[in-house]
Amino acid sequence: MGYEALIDRLLKGDTRAAARLITIVENDIVAAEEIINLIYKHTGKAYILGITGAPGSGKSTLISTLTNIFVEEGMKIGIICVDPTSPLTGGAILGDRIRMKKHFNTNNVFIRSMANRGQLGGLARATEDIIKILDVYGCDIVIIETVGVGQSEVDIFRSAQSVLVLLVPGMGDDIQAIKAGIMEITDIFIVNKMDLSGADRKVSEIMQMLELSMNFKYDYQNTNQKSANIPKWIPKIVKLNSKTGENFENLLEIINEHKAFLKETGVIENYHLNRIRNETLQILKHKLTKKVEGLIHSNTQIDEYIRLVMDKSMDPYSMANLIIQLLGIE
Amino acid sequence: MTEIDEHKTLKPKKGERQESFRNLSDIEIKRLYTPEDIKDLNYEMDLGEPGKFPFTRGAYRNMYRGRLWTMRQFAGFGTAAQTNERYKFLLEHGQTGLSVAFSLHTIYGYEADNEYALGEVGKEGVSIDTLEDMETLFSSIDLSKISTSMTINGPAAILLAMYIVTAEKQGHSPDLLRGTIQNDILKEYIAQKSWIFPPEESMRLIVDTIEYCAKNVPQWYTISISGYHIREAGSTAVQELAFTLADGFAYVEAAMERGLNVDDFAPRLSFFFNAHNNFFEEICKYRAARRIWAKRMKNKYNAKKIESLRLRFHTQTAGVSLSAQEPENNIARVTMQGLAAVLGGTQSLHTNSFDEALCLPTEKAVKIALRTQQIIAQESGAADTVDPLAGSYYVESLTNRMEDEAEAYFEKIAELGGVIPAIKANFFQKEIANASYKYQQEIEKSERIIVGVNDFQLREPCSTPILKIDDQVSKDQIDLLNKIRKNRNNEMVKEKLEKLKIAAQGSENLMPYIIDTIREYASIGEIVSILKEVFGTYDEDSIF
Amino acid sequence: MSENRKIKVLVCKPGLDGHDRGAKVIARALRDAGMEVIYTGIHQTPDDVVNTIIQEDPDAVMLSILSGAHNALCPMIMEKLKDNGIDDVLVAVGGIIPDEDKPILEKHGLMGFQGPGTELKEIVEFVKTNLKR
Repeated sequence: MGYEALIDRLLKGDTRAAARLITIVENDIVAAEEIINLIYKHTGKAYILGITGAPGSGKSTLISTLTNIFVEEGMKIGIICVDPTSPLTGGAILGDRIRMKKHFNTNNVFIRSMANRGQLGGLARATEDIIKILDVYGCDIVIIETVGVGQSEVDIFRSAQSVLVLLVPGMGDDIQAIKAGIMEITDIFIVNKMDLSGADRKVSEIMQMLELSMNFKYDYQNTNQKSANIPKWIPKIVKLNSKTGENFENLLEIINEHKAFLKETGVIENYHLNRIRNETLQILKHKLTKKVEGLIHSNTQIDEYIRLVMDKSMDPYSMANLIIQLLGIE
Repeated sequence: MTEIDEHKTLKPKKGERQESFRNLSDIEIKRLYTPEDIKDLNYEMDLGEPGKFPFTRGAYRNMYRGRLWTMRQFAGFGTAAQTNERYKFLLEHGQTGLSVAFSLHTIYGYEADNEYALGEVGKEGVSIDTLEDMETLFSSIDLSKISTSMTINGPAAILLAMYIVTAEKQGHSPDLLRGTIQNDILKEYIAQKSWIFPPEESMRLIVDTIEYCAKNVPQWYTISISGYHIREAGSTAVQELAFTLADGFAYVEAAMERGLNVDDFAPRLSFFFNAHNNFFEEICKYRAARRIWAKRMKNKYNAKKIESLRLRFHTQTAGVSLSAQEPENNIARVTMQGLAAVLGGTQSLHTNSFDEALCLPTEKAVKIALRTQQIIAQESGAADTVDPLAGSYYVESLTNRMEDEAEAYFEKIAELGGVIPAIKANFFQKEIANASYKYQQEIEKSERIIVGVNDFQLREPCSTPILKIDDQVSKDQIDLLNKIRKNRNNEMVKEKLEKLKIAAQGSENLMPYIIDTIREYASIGEIVSILKEVFGTYDEDSIF
Repeated sequence: MSENRKIKVLVCKPGLDGHDRGAKVIARALRDAGMEVIYTGIHQTPDDVVNTIIQEDPDAVMLSILSGAHNALCPMIMEKLKDNGIDDVLVAVGGIIPDEDKPILEKHGLMGFQGPGTELKEIVEFVKTNLKR
């Protein structure tokens, strides 16, 4: 109902319209469907960077510095900062903005804080939609920042063209702390605070881990069998200091190299196919979960099955198969 | 009409009115303390005579029988001329030292017309931009006769330079000057948040002032290592004790790294603690602080002079304990807090004015606060004997317990690599945030009673007359600043600032260079900007 | 509005005063009441505050000022919001606000004025009952 006016303003680059549309898609999946339906044809221009790392690894400083460089090159940047929702209260404190203040008071940087709202909130689905809004709003680059702890955050990173993971020397086993699924789709490992002792050890730890896992990225994402023919990007490791900017040019070079790799090898097409596949999966998961949840609590046929299972006349697996038939999927 | 809420009944246990009794550091208090609780106490080693190692019983032999503590009321507001009037009022009423509160823009090193100074000029303290303001602030006050405490941290070196030059213009040499600059940057990162430069560069400036004063301003206290703000930010008493002393040791180590002899500077370090509501807990905190400092200075840093081992401190009653509801109740709170500080052996004391939860203190409220100290000093008898609570089973056992808990914190800080790494890892910030949230929740659940706030509330609007700073102050201050910018020798200002910048890029002591810029009436904002170009700035992570 | 609706609150400290204990305690209390709280930290200029409101689109804004700068900063923030056509956000100011300043601030559309000693549940209730959308 009547999102056209907002979308008109969004297409003209109106910041308030972008902000309001984000609020709507974050809160309301029905509205999100209508909005995405109207703007989808305008999407596809933004380059998407996913950045993760343990708390204290310097993500925000890195993003600040990167953003400054991009803005100076004349680009418009969107940043989505995801923080965890408290499982006890459902509330969240979103404190990333504090570290990206001041110099971002320009029209060329749009920062949005977001709570992950647990597994059921459909984080990956909402983030995908927000990326699209920022894309249509005119962002050349959209950066997604998370602490990378949950499965839904791994799913977000499947929307990113380049995935960057930040690690810090001497921070204990941060490699283990990062959700394994993210490691497997990482394109660039950044060892921040390179002047600390232990930076080289961190690099060799990463190399060891890479040797063990032998670069899952494109195999992992691909469900069709032809992936053996697709060129593989060997993840790169950069040491830098995000505060002083030391070695930053290396990072920029590698990001560009990765961009070029995607384009020149045609892997980008694969990326797009996978992104759509993954996004569809997220939407389906969300919709089907809702539907199944509705069904299981209010369907008289299912009530009967449950009684049968209780009487040991049926087992739960068989019941599940019957319910799937009921949904008409199989 | 007023009515009093029915007293909330607490769940009794074994004939007691509460399930457990806990002080503000969450230490459980026993029903009774007996000789059993202090059976290991060794009088000579653990307490000692007042004025002797380990100073548990007091910094000096005679304590207040010799000389009463310095009654020093923190004051400053509006323009330098307005504050100068208040100082003269306080000195006339028997105050024995001055204590300068600075406007926030001065504290952050911004000029009065900076965008960040909007609405702040003269609101929380006196607005100082240039030497001219400092000269006005102490006009007709002889700087060789009084001691002045300046609550300034980020730009402490600059304000000290202004004070030295102001005295010079009055005809006094720096070796006559007595006073303190707070100059405690570590607690800014930990609690108070008014830093300017990154920690390492700030430490350099502090060691510069220590080194400079050791040679040129020998009677000056170069750092007032402050737990006050850590406590105000919501820490417990134990945290205040532990974090403050940890900061103190960090300064000692930094100065020793510069190659200074510990006995050349340690006698000029002093402390600044809070006096909160729990009477005995506060007293034990001060006693434990003296003992911890003496032991470590002797055993770890090999200090030899008795002055290096002797911890002296200023106390301010807890601003955060003041309630806006029924503000007159604060007079009673302040009295007990002040008495705790005196029984704990403070060297100087600021008692808060009862209206400070509402506004800057009015003259009447300031007078009552000062009178409170005079009543403790002259009428209560608390000042007539040294450390009257020593030997109390409860007090000695709690003093020991607080020392133990502080030692446990020192270990944690050492594990994190020291104070600065712990700051960067947000260790202190997290500890304080958790303690403060817990305290607030205890009040909400009425597990702690604050009279007039969550119990015994009177339902009547308060009508306390308040002091307001009008916006004319800001206009006046900016006019003054513009006048100075026009009348000074701007070529010289530029030259001296450039020299300061070059010195900052090297490793020389910056004090002489700062003094040179001050003489030319460079503003605090100009000096800080030049130093920012070299040192950079610092942002913290948000911690909850 | 719908299934996932959460109240989103911006907690920030305009001006130079660094006493963020109250603001942080309030941020935590609002979170514990199930709200999503954006904390911007200290030293926010009116432009910072307004820019954040535009981008984050919160339902409520809690300003915390203890330095006495509220008369200069708050009306300026409200003016700038109006210039940007924002009128459906609850803007409250707490801290040390003398009674006689309240009518002026109210005239600019500010509410709240929670001072020291205000109970946290009172603040949570205040946000819930005064939302403008």
